[in-house]
Amino acid sequence: MRTLIYLCIGILFGITMFKSEAASWFRIYEMFKFESFHMYGIISSALGISIILTQSIKKLKINSFYGEKLTFNPKTKSFSRYMIGGIIFGLGWALAGVCPGPMFTLVGAGYISIFIVIIASLLGTFLYGLLKDSLPH
Amino acid sequence: MNWIYEPWPWYLAGPMIAFIMFLLIMVGKNFGMSSNLRTMCAICGAGNKVDFFKFDWKSQKWNLVVAFGTVIGGYIGSQFLSIDTAVAINPVTISDLKLLGFKSAGTAYLPRELFDTRALFSFKNVLILAIGGLLVGFGARYAGGCTSGHAISGLSNLQFPSLIAVIGFFIGGLTMINFIFPLIF
Repeated sequence: MRTLIYLCIGILFGITMFKSEAASWFRIYEMFKFESFHMYGIISSALGISIILTQSIKKLKINSFYGEKLTFNPKTKSFSRYMIGGIIFGLGWALAGVCPGPMFTLVGAGYISIFIVIIASLLGTFLYGLLKDSLPH
Repeated sequence: MNWIYEPWPWYLAGPMIAFIMFLLIMVGKNFGMSSNLRTMCAICGAGNKVDFFKFDWKSQKWNLVVAFGTVIGGYIGSQFLSIDTAVAINPVTISDLKLLGFKSAGTAYLPRELFDTRALFSFKNVLILAIGGLLVGFGARYAGGCTSGHAISGLSNLQFPSLIAVIGFFIGGLTMINFIFPLIF
């Protein structure tokens, strides 16, 4: 049952990514050129509503749909890992025109080439795991 | 009923993403797609070589199901909810992209010059896709999250580290498009 719920949430996310064109390389390019409000509108409205929802859940101590207590994990404090990691991610996001969510979306949309991006991103993840201890965090 | 085939405006897509994050919180999970890449590495046996992948990946199965749903959603969105998938980006951007050699700008969902199966015969194109993917995978794990995990989940929980990461995303993206693109295209 829970698996079915996760599947439906994913389907909704995939449809949203495709139909909003957030999975389009062109939209990412346009965003980084500041030539359209579209992507900024998506991110800022998603964020604005998310802040209200998350903060309300925390303030009102709302339980999950299953009655369990909800916990939010704070991110560990650091500057360098978020800044350096973020910049590396941003370089790739703009070059391939996709972030992880849209990668999966584009598999479903039938783009064979996206598998190169996905395999390479798995390799990148592995590489991070390999070098983790010698990187500034 | 023709509106359903039209691209979604930002004011529909944004709230929908917030709703998806809300649903995941309410079922006791969190919104973050790049964790799936780590889980997939672990499934492929990366834990035998590197400790970072030695974790109980079975506890992350729910997220793989979300990712699988995302694939299905991409199929539904492109096959049943769209007639014309050409992305109507800014005409200024279109002429700018044409100068860089992307003639498909304004007529396709992804640039044919880069993503068409035929484009894979070009070593340069394969390299661009591979380096892009490599940076996304490496950077997402280094920063501890991607667009969903930091820009939506992290920021909505008012996490300062996520703000640093998102600023990093934009420094990287702006550098790539405005300074590195003219060198490679």
